Amino acid sequence: MDKRKLEERFFKVLMIVSTLIVLGSLMAVLVVVVFKGAAAISLSMLTQTPRGGYYLGREGGILNAIVGSLYLAGGATILAYLISLPTALYLNEYALKSKLASFTRQSLDVLWSVPSIIYGSFGFTVMIYLGMRASLLGGIAALTLLELPIMIRAMDEVIRMIPHKLKEASYSLGATKLETTLDVTIRQALPGILTAILLAFGRAIGDAASVLFTAGYTDNIPASLFDPAASLPLAVFFQLGTPFPEVQQRAYASGVMLLVIVLSISIVSRVQTKRLMKYVIR
Amino acid sequence: MFEPHISIEKLNVYYGEHHALKNITLDISEKMIVAIIGPSGCGKTTLLRSLNRMIDLVDGVRVSGKVLVDRVNIYENSVDITSIRKKIGLIAQTPNLLPMSIYDNIAYGPRIHGTKNRKELDQIVEKYLRASDLWNEVQGRLKEPASKLSTGQQQRLCLARALAVEPEVLLCDEPTSALDPISARRIEGQLLALKKYYTIIFVTHILRQAKRLSDYVVFLYLGELIEHGPAEDVLADPRELRTQAYVKGEIS
Repeated sequence: MDKRKLEERFFKVLMIVSTLIVLGSLMAVLVVVVFKGAAAISLSMLTQTPRGGYYLGREGGILNAIVGSLYLAGGATILAYLISLPTALYLNEYALKSKLASFTRQSLDVLWSVPSIIYGSFGFTVMIYLGMRASLLGGIAALTLLELPIMIRAMDEVIRMIPHKLKEASYSLGATKLETTLDVTIRQALPGILTAILLAFGRAIGDAASVLFTAGYTDNIPASLFDPAASLPLAVFFQLGTPFPEVQQRAYASGVMLLVIVLSISIVSRVQTKRLMKYVIR
Repeated sequence: MFEPHISIEKLNVYYGEHHALKNITLDISEKMIVAIIGPSGCGKTTLLRSLNRMIDLVDGVRVSGKVLVDRVNIYENSVDITSIRKKIGLIAQTPNLLPMSIYDNIAYGPRIHGTKNRKELDQIVEKYLRASDLWNEVQGRLKEPASKLSTGQQQRLCLARALAVEPEVLLCDEPTSALDPISARRIEGQLLALKKYYTIIFVTHILRQAKRLSDYVVFLYLGELIEHGPAEDVLADPRELRTQAYVKGEIS
């Protein structure tokens, strides 16, 4: 067979194999976690907080960690969104090609790769300095730091891809920069903005290291921003660390919960994205 | 007495080092169609876009000279750019829709200029969709995304959108070049009909289109204004050698 045809075939196989490895590992993770945790999933797990001796295999559930995680990641995502969108818009619409913009982008790329334990210990240091103890607020602050680079850079990329002629249409009707940014840029970028939010939320809800010192862990559901908060990743960590097989099984069940939360949010946002895509100009 | 609607005085435009328009002086009177012709890269689009300061959006652009519209220099610092662009609309080469419904594409302009009343907006939308001959086609689906329309319909929507802010001048940058011949003819018909109410300046590289539409022709070559005058004179019997060469098709 001639060389070019062989090449063509070789690279096609290579790409298919790579894709299968990706899908295969995703499936493997899901199957193992669900398989090992399925037996421990029960209604009480979702509706109760841990009772005495829960970590020894007695009664109770992980409602504290489910609610704690939603509070932590939800709060951090809202906070990060409020900072990220203006920043991303500023980088693209106002500070385009300025030194400040390229420096900001570079800093964000560095921050993106900072390990989350660093955010955690940084948050911890600040909290000690302020005399705060581990709390929902501290956890939210640390997770916000973790989310910011992801969210801003993801939004930045979508906003940067918006065709110039869209804005031109708005300017040529006599719109100001702000009107163009709010009514045209954001509208066009909305599906991408949603993806950025989801990406950041996923990172935050799955992170253990940044909340370990900042939010702490508790068997109760936090009643205020100043109470400590439990989280699912830490629930997995603590339960898996016990020597009891039934508690370890619960760790996997907690993992399933984490997956369910992330997957359902992902599905909802996918449906929403489709709806938002309707008006987007391609 | 002849009072020009737009008066261009010693207009120079530079893109960085490149001198794109050289000392253009030109008067345009109202309610006629002016065609700007010339080979590609001669500065047609640049001239068009300097007339409503869309040129400002280009990186590293420098403009000197005056453009008087109704005797006001639009390059004066005290002038509000948004009101200039409201007064002088622009139709782009390819339809540039806003990411909104058909209705909102038209209502966008009036809304930013202060019309919030729903009934008024409904009337504006209908009026200008009729003016651009699109109403019958989209009447029942105003809430649909504008991007669902055909390219020809999209361009007529852009026309309606430009008209909806009630400009005095319409600038059209090769408005039919992305369209099929039938859609192109419809746009041409629209422009002819609109001449009664607006001063229309359009860029074209199709001489026959210039002949069909224009009352007045401006010929640019390498950033210089070579010749301008009534359409029949410039197109049929040009004075300048370079215009003659272009009209005969020797340079393009």
